Amino acid sequence: MIDLTLDGRPVRVAAGSTVAAALAIGGDGTSRTAVGGARRAPLCGMGICQECRVTVDGVRRLACQTLCAPGMQVETRP
Amino acid sequence: MNADVIIVGSGIIGAACADELARRGLEVLVLDDRRGGATAAGMGHLVALDDNPAELKLSDHSIGRWREWARDMDQGCAYRNNGSLWLAANEQEMAVAEAKLKTLREAGMACELLGAEALRATEPELRDGLPGALKVAGDGILYAPNAARWLLTRGGRRIAERQGRVAAIEADEVRLDDGTRLRAPVVVLANGIHAPELAPDLPIEPKKGHLLITDRYPGRVSHTLIELGYVTSAHNASGPSVACNIQPRPTGQLFIGSSRQFGTSDPAVDGPMLARMLRRAVDYMPGLAKLNGIRAWTGFRAASPDGLPLIGEHPRRPGLWLAVGHEGLGVTTAPGTAELLAAQLFGETPPFAAEPYLPERFLGARDAQRTSIPSEAGR
Repeated sequence: MIDLTLDGRPVRVAAGSTVAAALAIGGDGTSRTAVGGARRAPLCGMGICQECRVTVDGVRRLACQTLCAPGMQVETRP
Repeated sequence: MNADVIIVGSGIIGAACADELARRGLEVLVLDDRRGGATAAGMGHLVALDDNPAELKLSDHSIGRWREWARDMDQGCAYRNNGSLWLAANEQEMAVAEAKLKTLREAGMACELLGAEALRATEPELRDGLPGALKVAGDGILYAPNAARWLLTRGGRRIAERQGRVAAIEADEVRLDDGTRLRAPVVVLANGIHAPELAPDLPIEPKKGHLLITDRYPGRVSHTLIELGYVTSAHNASGPSVACNIQPRPTGQLFIGSSRQFGTSDPAVDGPMLARMLRRAVDYMPGLAKLNGIRAWTGFRAASPDGLPLIGEHPRRPGLWLAVGHEGLGVTTAPGTAELLAAQLFGETPPFAAEPYLPERFLGARDAQRTSIPSEAGR
């Protein structure tokens, strides 16, 4: 199992899980806030739609294309 | 008659012409086939270019209009008067910046030279070692599709819109591909690269460009950053070329351009060309390489042989008016284009000389008297 942090809260996922999976397991599944204020969530799951952009250890990444790693800090807000 | 004027194309040029003519009391019908054009694909950079005095006059006048209109535009138009910085990469380009400063100042425009230190303080993301830049304060940005929409709707009911593809224009009749026939005494072609389909003698060629947009990184860049090579070398060759052009959007996203390719109408993103364009931008702003690009696309500029648009009546097709060939400057120069067209149509003295933009320079001398609408006809 891998322990990481999602918006300051601890999340435990199976090894090999993507960050998109961690969003679903440890949060409400959403990844970011659109310009208009609405929350957005992973859609395509294959790196095309760009809806799952999150900040991982300070860098903008696609949650569905990023594997969870121990101690990873994932932020979905603001 | 279905309208006083039929305009083909509801991009920024068609919209500005519709707005100008409707404000003068004409009933305007705007046709668009929704193929999309440069308005939807471009950066929406309002930039004064000075390759020649006519280009500078048209762009400077138009940018002034946008600044006035911005007070009434909605938030969706995303207008910002953020200014442009023309980046000099070496002493030779710094000399070009100084010459440009002189030209723009003589035209009465607010601009200043920034030395290396001032440039670093203004845009800290730029790489070390740039000798300076020319800041053009009046330049800006907007979101052109929404600005076109705003122009088409701000005037109330005099502008009607209809979706349809024009198959042919014969005298005062416009025939759609579904067989519908529409008539108006004045027809304006404002459909950019598609104009030669309806007027094959127009010397308009598509010039392909690429753009990429990043995720949101607010506060990293404030001005639109363009390399001076954009005018001195990069885009003056006839072959494919790239130039650094980085524009901050109000959302915090960054637009990255630009590329130019002739002789292709393939809209697919050209990987090697996109890579070359991004490398060029990274040369100027190394931190770009670590940012997340979320989408890349292409568009086609409608280029005329001398880089200036064709604005006026077709010399051998009475009633057919042209507002095409704006290349990469259509969003910037839409307001001035509309004013020049309207002044000619109403037989008025234009706000500045219309001659450099007349279609006659490519299409030959006029063989019929120009169609005009007397000013008192404005209802």
